Amino acid sequence: MAKTLFINGKEVQFENEPNLLEVIRKNGFNVPTFCYRPDLTQFGACRMCVVEVVYPNGRTIVNSSCTMPPEEGINVKTNTDRVRKIRKTVLELLLANHDRECTTCDKSGNCELQKYSEEYGVRNIRYAKKDPENYAPIDHSNPSIVRDPNKCILCGACVRACQEYQGHAVLGFANRGSKTTVGPVAGKALADVDCVYCGQCKAVCPTGALTLVNEVDKVWNEINNPNKKVVVQVAPAVRVALGEMFDMPAGENVIGKIYSAMRKIGFDLVFDTNFAADLTIMEEATEFIERVTKGENLPLFTSCCQAWVRYVETQHPEMINHLSSCKSPQSMLSSLAKYILPKTKEGYTKENTVVVSIMPCTAKKAEIKRKQLTDNGQFDTDYVLTTQEFAQMIKSAGIDLKTIEAEEADSPFGEYTGAATIFGASGGVAEAAARTAYYLITGEEIASDDIVELRGVDKHAYNKDVVLDIKGTKVKVKVVSTLVEAEKAIQEIKAGTADFQLLEVMACPGGCVNGGGQPTSCNTPELRVKRAEGLYNEDKCDTEFRKSHKNKDIIKLYDEYLEKPNSHLAHELLHTTYADEFKGSYKDL
Amino acid sequence: MIQDITPIQKAAIEKVNAQGLRVLICAGTGCVANGSLEIVKKFEEYGLTVNPLGEKDKMTAVPTGCHGFCEQGVLVVIPDLHVTYVRVKLADVDEIVNEHIIGGKPVERLLYVDPATGEHVQKNENIKFYKEQTRVSLANCGHLNPEVIEETIAMNGYEALHRVLEANDPQAVVDTVLKSGLRGRGGGGFPTGSKWQFTKNAVSPTGKKYVVCNGDEGDPGAFMDRSIMEGDPHKLLEGMAIAGFAIGADEAYIYVRAEYPMAIKRLRIAIAQAEEMHFLGENIMNTGFNFTIHIKEGAGAFVCGEETALIASIEGERGMPRPKPPFPANKGLFGMPTLINNVETLANIPPIILKGADWFANLGSEKSKGTKTFAVTGEINNTGLIEIPMGTTLREIIYEIGGGIRNGKKFKAVQIGGPSGGCLTEEHLDLPMDYDSLTAAGAMVGSGGLVVMNEDTCIVEVARFFMNFTQNESCGKCTPCREGTKNMLKILTKITKGQATLEDLDLLEELAYAVKDGSLCGLGKTAPNPVLSTLKYFRDEYIEHIVNKRCPAGVCTALKTIEIDEELCKGCSKCSRTCPVGAISGEIKNPFKIDQEKCIKCGACVSSCPFKAIKVK
Amino acid sequence: MEVEKNFKTAFAGGFGVVDSILEKYEYKKANLIAILQAIQGEYNYLPEEVIIYLGTKMPLSPATIYGVATFYSQFSLDPKGKYVIKICDGTACHVRGSMPVLNAIKGKLNLKEGQFTSDDGLFTVETVSCLGACGLAPVIVINEKVYPKMTSDAVKTIIDTLLSEERK
Repeated sequence: MAKTLFINGKEVQFENEPNLLEVIRKNGFNVPTFCYRPDLTQFGACRMCVVEVVYPNGRTIVNSSCTMPPEEGINVKTNTDRVRKIRKTVLELLLANHDRECTTCDKSGNCELQKYSEEYGVRNIRYAKKDPENYAPIDHSNPSIVRDPNKCILCGACVRACQEYQGHAVLGFANRGSKTTVGPVAGKALADVDCVYCGQCKAVCPTGALTLVNEVDKVWNEINNPNKKVVVQVAPAVRVALGEMFDMPAGENVIGKIYSAMRKIGFDLVFDTNFAADLTIMEEATEFIERVTKGENLPLFTSCCQAWVRYVETQHPEMINHLSSCKSPQSMLSSLAKYILPKTKEGYTKENTVVVSIMPCTAKKAEIKRKQLTDNGQFDTDYVLTTQEFAQMIKSAGIDLKTIEAEEADSPFGEYTGAATIFGASGGVAEAAARTAYYLITGEEIASDDIVELRGVDKHAYNKDVVLDIKGTKVKVKVVSTLVEAEKAIQEIKAGTADFQLLEVMACPGGCVNGGGQPTSCNTPELRVKRAEGLYNEDKCDTEFRKSHKNKDIIKLYDEYLEKPNSHLAHELLHTTYADEFKGSYKDL
Repeated sequence: MIQDITPIQKAAIEKVNAQGLRVLICAGTGCVANGSLEIVKKFEEYGLTVNPLGEKDKMTAVPTGCHGFCEQGVLVVIPDLHVTYVRVKLADVDEIVNEHIIGGKPVERLLYVDPATGEHVQKNENIKFYKEQTRVSLANCGHLNPEVIEETIAMNGYEALHRVLEANDPQAVVDTVLKSGLRGRGGGGFPTGSKWQFTKNAVSPTGKKYVVCNGDEGDPGAFMDRSIMEGDPHKLLEGMAIAGFAIGADEAYIYVRAEYPMAIKRLRIAIAQAEEMHFLGENIMNTGFNFTIHIKEGAGAFVCGEETALIASIEGERGMPRPKPPFPANKGLFGMPTLINNVETLANIPPIILKGADWFANLGSEKSKGTKTFAVTGEINNTGLIEIPMGTTLREIIYEIGGGIRNGKKFKAVQIGGPSGGCLTEEHLDLPMDYDSLTAAGAMVGSGGLVVMNEDTCIVEVARFFMNFTQNESCGKCTPCREGTKNMLKILTKITKGQATLEDLDLLEELAYAVKDGSLCGLGKTAPNPVLSTLKYFRDEYIEHIVNKRCPAGVCTALKTIEIDEELCKGCSKCSRTCPVGAISGEIKNPFKIDQEKCIKCGACVSSCPFKAIKVK
Repeated sequence: MEVEKNFKTAFAGGFGVVDSILEKYEYKKANLIAILQAIQGEYNYLPEEVIIYLGTKMPLSPATIYGVATFYSQFSLDPKGKYVIKICDGTACHVRGSMPVLNAIKGKLNLKEGQFTSDDGLFTVETVSCLGACGLAPVIVINEKVYPKMTSDAVKTIIDTLLSEERK
């Protein structure tokens, strides 16, 4: 039953909205927010969303709209002198305490503090500037995330994201009152704690306190080096999100324009990580069948998500044998580029080839530094750029993504099936694997390619249990996103109550479409749903085949080089090992 | 069938009577600091061997909770001899025992001297400090040994709980509390009965509800809750059990500040004894009602006095307040409906049940019923803990009960309600002390801290002191409180240093209103009160600091100059030898001089001068 | 410093003491503050290693536990002196001159700005908001003992007495 209330005098209906702010935003009004993130617990700390609420009996209060439940008959005033004064004071106070070097800040142009200060016309900071001795060092300790405490406004969004998505909360509040800070335990650097580098903290940060390690300049240098051949690959989830940064709708698949932009930027060969995703399915499905046959190390854990892999290694090292030995698609493609490509393309050697990957992910930046993925100190993948960095590259090259023509990827690692595309959404790996496993086990094609029970990327779909029927054989699959849900699955296994044989884990809520390197979506969770739709659309409508084993170039790759899935060479190039890389884990105690 | 309480009461009274002559020695934190435990021991040594004059055949030393008259500690009261001894030292015990208890002759030099008349007052009830009070929540404090449950039972302890359980009508209990007009004694003044009704009506997802007693008395200058917990813990426990029965809770927590170790100790003893007597725990008095009370020790955070922060703290989290709604009555401790009342509020419950809602409602003023405790401190003769009917005027408190300003100085202001409250001035002396009058005047009852200031107190410095307190105690969660109090403190500090401009004063006021309006919880919403109220009543003193760079009270160090009066200086050099920074020089037998550049204005020279030649300006 | 030595000996055998405290409080999140209090009672402060260790044993991360430990003023992450002097700076004490008493103590112990523990590790000085002994203002508490109606001179004498006891 819909009820009514008034917003600035306008009568509006509400039903199940969790708070007044959502009602306000649904009805064409807006109030600014810093700490409010729809997917996280309401916190009520920044006080930017304060509104005046007049009750039917005439009583007036000021309260944060993000924490107030909507009530029948109240009149909400969002723009009175009283609340504007509070907001402007909050902005002025925050800015007084803030490192205001906007022009050189990675968040410039995308910063909520900057945006609201501009909207509210804050031109004069009358409060004393932060004392120089209170400036804290910037944390450059790790390959993924830069943490600048001097830009932190203590909204706590990162703390909640870390806690509520990933559970083991490497970020927390410390101290009290005006001495409050946010950071890892005891002032340590992120590299010295069990951070998995998922980047969700950065995704929800309204300011430049948490930003990416930006490597755009390094990639330009490689492109401009005449002695280098620069090969680029792009992950599934990037194609449905990049457009957002060029005024295109979320979920619009711009893969052809991406290839085109890559060539215009100057990359020598344009590949698609999707190719390697198909390859992953061939390897992983084979591995899965083998494990089920032998009854070993079940359930099998997917290993595409580096944040998840690092979580297992640091928090549950005794379970690493459950992880699939398959490298992630990114690392598979890099191996192919370094070891197979020189055999097929003239002028390419392992030494002169630079592999750049465009990823929705910050953890991928850490993945490539793993010693298992290097050879004599040389990285298989040389650089990872996130979707955001890639957009910056396109813009600085003067390319208008919206208007350029679509092109095709280069062979031999550009061809892909729909099964690969859906890797970008939670459940996609499991679905793709199921399609191929069915074929590998039965020799027949699965009746329907759509296993919709495995799909869904919103908050209610972080934990899915599906039973697949492979000609009478039941296979139980668990698909989770966020490490909080993954931990529950692990506890089930430890308690002996788990009955699933395959566990797909993506650390970011909803999977890679919502990765830490994607254009920010924390205030509009619907974005990730649209991005996922974009992936499923390509799977259904735009690809010739929807099963990895149908990828012609994959078949060719096995025929010409790898022989068969899980062959000796496949193991050498496409599989990896775990553990012992990460030191400084709490478990060392 | 409910257990009969009469035989239990009889046995308890017999046990108390068997003590013979009861010598009550205050063993509250204040008197213990003055050595009362040694005095108790000394009396115990005399103990049963003493044969007092009169009917009693023996003597028992009874360590009690706080009598309230801390200024005059250690207090020794012998009710049967109608005598109150003040400022008792260990060495005085022999005399009291031999001269008075055995000899029948009061020790005059240890009696209280009325400052107005200069006469010795023997009886407690004739001491003005006590005479003007009406004690309800503090009624038994000082009259019983809190570590012996029978002493409480002998004074009607747990009779109210018995009565409530016998009637077995929870709604009737809520109705009585509603009718009494009792309002929360912790600060807000919310009607207690309504709070109980909300929690009673709330639907719990599991059926579980909690009672939480807020004993996180953090207001600097308030110690009534401590006195109740130390002096009459059973009254609090009984009040909690009645609350639990009324709202349908079977589990409770008392959150006590870690700074109150004695209160924690005595509560633990009291809970254990009450459980043994079946007044708490499982199947209370054979009625099937269960009620378990746990103690949670705080760890030092003023903000935990805020109910949602307190809940967070009990749950093992940082004491950061949570947004309301939802209110704890609906979603409180561990997500369950929770009734949170402070110590004094709950201590009022048993007397209300026993004497009736009407009796209570007849005390106090129209909208503020009952009595209220105040901790009267500062520059006043009789510091201590008092309980008076709501509506008593400030003048009565300060000049009648409090005995006026110390050292004959002039009254300047009184700070009520701690860091959340405000300053009141001479014009408010006839203001009735109740919730609404105080709020209207820009102060608040708060927990009842009442700090009296004289002409030597700098009002700007006091505002700065409170702001320093709140900014230290701000949890740091919401922006207005965290950043706002910090910047208010910065501006106030600038003013006390003579570095501020009139624009700063405007900014201070603007910020104060934004913090008051915009903060998340009560701490932030009230933090600007001391500033706003002093700006209202003492604005000229602020302006004096800013425009003339002068502190009228001579308190603000940076605005002081210390000078040597050449006329009076005999050139003895004592000051220059005392000066820690070598700022004073001169030749013997000639007037000395202070180098103002070097002087740190510590004032050491002023007190060292035998000729009073050094003056602070 | 003596306390550091104690710490090293205490940890030589692992975290046994911590384990028994955790056992007693059932590893529960709601008991975190009590657990930290018990640990501080044992070591006289909260060593960083112990906080991290707790994070591996309790359903809470080290950062979360650190957040609680640094929120409450009772907890110290640095070793404290043998004598902890708490100066009450509640309103009553403040009005009656607690700050000159504090300055006298700081001067007596040669504490620099921002230093709270004396160089010899014997004394730690803290200000507390209110000890609830307002009638005796200004008061200080050394370890558990309350000293009423303090003055700058009286507090120096008290410290001298403690020092001379130490020398014996």
